[in-house]
Amino acid sequence: MSVSVDLTAQPASDRPAAPPAATRHGFIRLPKPSHLRRFLVPVLLVLSWQVAAQAGWISTRLMAPPLDIAAAAWSLTVTGELPYHLLVSLQRVVIGLAIAIFAGVSLGLTAGLSKLGEDAVDASMQMLRALPFLALVPLFILWFGIGETTKIALVALGATFPIYLTLFGGIRGVDPKLLEAGRILGLDRAGQIRHIILPAALPQALVGLRYGLGTAWLSLVVGEQINATAGIGFLVMDAREFLRTDVILVGLLVYALLGLGADQLVRMVERRALAWRPSLVREG
Amino acid sequence: MGDAVVTLRALTRRFHGSAVPPVLDRIDLTIRKGEFVALLGRSGSGKTTLLRTLAGLDPVTEGEASLPERRAVVFQEPRLMPWKRVWHNVALGLRGEAGTIRERALSALREVELSHRATAWPLTLSGGEAQRTGLARALVREPELLLLDEPFASLDALTRLRMQSLVAELWQAHRPAVLLVTHDVEEALLLADRVLVLAQGHLVEDLSVKLPRPRRRSAEGFDALRVRLLGTLGVDEDGHDATARAA
Ligand SMILES: Nc1ncnc2c1ncn2[C@@H]1O[C@H](COP(=O)(O)OP(=O)(O)O)[C@@H](O)[C@H]1O
Ligand SMILES: [Mg+2]
Repeated sequence: MSVSVDLTAQPASDRPAAPPAATRHGFIRLPKPSHLRRFLVPVLLVLSWQVAAQAGWISTRLMAPPLDIAAAAWSLTVTGELPYHLLVSLQRVVIGLAIAIFAGVSLGLTAGLSKLGEDAVDASMQMLRALPFLALVPLFILWFGIGETTKIALVALGATFPIYLTLFGGIRGVDPKLLEAGRILGLDRAGQIRHIILPAALPQALVGLRYGLGTAWLSLVVGEQINATAGIGFLVMDAREFLRTDVILVGLLVYALLGLGADQLVRMVERRALAWRPSLVREG
Repeated sequence: MGDAVVTLRALTRRFHGSAVPPVLDRIDLTIRKGEFVALLGRSGSGKTTLLRTLAGLDPVTEGEASLPERRAVVFQEPRLMPWKRVWHNVALGLRGEAGTIRERALSALREVELSHRATAWPLTLSGGEAQRTGLARALVREPELLLLDEPFASLDALTRLRMQSLVAELWQAHRPAVLLVTHDVEEALLLADRVLVLAQGHLVEDLSVKLPRPRRRSAEGFDALRVRLLGTLGVDEDGHDATARAA
């Protein structure tokens, strides 16, 4: 960035890598108006939806208007129904993700850190990955029945692959020059893994975790439509029986908010764990 | 030789089998304790290859090399771990009690005048600061042999001058044996006791520099040595862009 501004013939290397203060300032200030702009369109859409419903242009039977949805969300909350189903769904995702993180990280480390491990793990993972994992639903139902296990297994399976793949890629992508520097600084293999390989792979692995979260929600939605007796998915399926589109839409909204919240959580972890990265580094 | 830190005997290094001449061809070299040696040579002449052997980074397959236990390298690129704060980079790989290690790292940073950046992230450092961190990281290990592979090559002229005098001071304070790889004849003459020139796999020059310290470009005899070394490098006397060509 500074190169294009640099008119002198000298190398620009004795200058911080971060962009000059003016640019950085602009970066912080710019998003604000555009943030508002971004919300403008959705708000207008919701407003016109409400108007259209009240004017009778949209069948309220097939598509509940925003105010009805809000009312449904409120009554579901005060009766404790929504919190209960939310908790059940959250539990499935948390357990499934925990399994996925454990499996993805173990397999990623095994394959990434040793040639033997790569031979043992990577080919099978690549093959399994090629299979759309939701196609395994019938098999899972046969194996695990239609209870919690199938739902959790689906979440875990879907989220394992992105975590594994990005961690493996991150480990293999470590700059060999840094490894060499570590070697001459007297780091043994364990020290290299701890001080160089893992920190270098972390940015990628966190991207994988975000992808993993995405597939986890997807699996949850699918899993909860298989004969569930609780959970947001059950709430939605149940509401369908009674043509309660307001409740269905509340369920969808909750899914969306959960996904968004989880994503924000990972971003927060990223901001803390990757504070050293150029885009995040701020001069103290 | 009791005070030899490095001894190479007929060291040979080839990358492409025996059909092509080797990059290093039966090199003999002794570096004494505390000696400051500069290694000059055109680009691709094998300077880095020789330095890597002295660092113990490449295996010795032909010939013999005896190297000291404690070696440290400053590479052309700083090679700092971007996820570790400056002082953690300096402390990396040190063994001992945590408090002591921290003290040692901070005192090394003080020596390279970088105390105020001790807790900074490496990616916020300027080029000169990054190389000084690399220097602190090397010095904190109290090396018997300090290997510098064109550490100033990517710095601007002023920063390079400051770094050169810093290296001279640090060497006088700690007296490690130094091998400085450079393509800059004046830099070699400003710093080294001895200047080697590598060409076609051989050390074609081994020049003792007896100029008084601190070195000045205006010192008597400086220019004569400069012209001689440029001649060995196969460059005419009228030097500036010619030195750059040798880079
Ligand atoms: N790992 C390697 N594999 C193959 N050839 C190499 C390798 N390292 C260096 N060389 C070759 O050896 C020669 C000397 O390289 P190098 O020591 O880096 O030169 P210098 O540092 O003097 O510029 C070059 O021709 C280079 O291409
Ligand atoms: Mg080189």
